[in-house]
Amino acid sequence: MTNERQTLIAKQFISALPYAHALDMEVTDVGDGYATITMPYDLRLVGDPETGVIHGGAVSALLDTCAGASVMVHGSKPAGTATLDLRIDYMRSAKPGDMITARAECYHVTRSVAFIRATAMDADTSRPVATATGAFTIQTAKGGKT
Amino acid sequence: MKRPEPVQVIKQRRDKALQSVLQGVPYIQFMGFKFDRRGDELTGIMPYQDMLIGNPMLPALHGGATAAFLETTAIVELSWAMMWDRMEDGEDVTKLRLPKTIDFTIDYLRAGLPRDAYARATINRSGRRYASVHVEAWQDNRTRLFAQATGHFLMPQTDTNT
Repeated sequence: MTNERQTLIAKQFISALPYAHALDMEVTDVGDGYATITMPYDLRLVGDPETGVIHGGAVSALLDTCAGASVMVHGSKPAGTATLDLRIDYMRSAKPGDMITARAECYHVTRSVAFIRATAMDADTSRPVATATGAFTIQTAKGGKT
Repeated sequence: MKRPEPVQVIKQRRDKALQSVLQGVPYIQFMGFKFDRRGDELTGIMPYQDMLIGNPMLPALHGGATAAFLETTAIVELSWAMMWDRMEDGEDVTKLRLPKTIDFTIDYLRAGLPRDAYARATINRSGRRYASVHVEAWQDNRTRLFAQATGHFLMPQTDTNT
C-alpha cells in the first residue's frame, strides 16, 4: 500500500465523519498503522470557562478518531472499524489557545481485533496532555458493509 | 417544628444550582447535553444531532461523542453530589469548581443509534481528593446499555473543609 493511498483513506475516513468535521479535525500525517490528526483550539470546546481549557470530552473524541484512522490505514486493510474500548489518561490541561495534535499507532492486529495506543499533545510536545490505549473491531470487506 | 419550604422555592433553588453548572461549560452547550432532575437524581440526555455521527454507513454515533457524553454525565453528577448539602443549607454554590478527570475507560457495547441517548452516573467512592464514578448509557431500553464507563476524578480543593 502506497503512502498516497493511505493518506487518501485517512482523509476520506475523516471527511466522512460529521463529528470529526464538527470539531475541525485534520489529518496531517499517515503511514502503515499510524496517523496524526490535529484539532484547532475553539472556544465552543472549552470545559472550564475560568481557565479556557478544552473539555476532556473533545480530547477523547480526537484520540478516538485518530486511533480509528490508524486502524484504517493498517497494512491488513480493514474495510471498517469501531471502538470496542478506550482508556484515556489525562496528564495535564492543554494550554488554552494551542492546537491539539494526536498521534495514534495501531501496533497489533488479529483477524477481528486491532490494538492501539495514542498520545495527545499541545505545542509543548515534550509533555503529553493525554494518552489512550484501546481495542477496535476489524471489519473485513466480505463481512458485509464496506 | 420548622415549616417546610414552599415547593417552588425548593425547585427553583435546585434547578438554578444545576443550571449554573451546565451553563458555565461551553462544551456542554455545544454538544447540547441536557439533564433531567428528579429530587437529587440526574439523568443526562444527549439529544440527537447529525453532527454526532461517526459512522455514516450504519449510521452510528461517534465513539468520541459518546465518550464526551459519559464523561460529562460523570462530572456533573460528582459536582451535583458535592454541592447538594451546601445548596440545601442556602449557600451560594454557583461558583464551585468542577472535578478534573484523571482517567476514563469507556466500554462500547453496541453501536449508538441515530437517536437520543441517556446516561446515569453512580458514585462508587468519593473521598476528599479522589472519586471513582461509573456511568451507564442507553437509548431505547434502560437494560440494553450501548456504552458504560468508569473514571477517576480529582476533586476540587475548597479553602475550608466543613
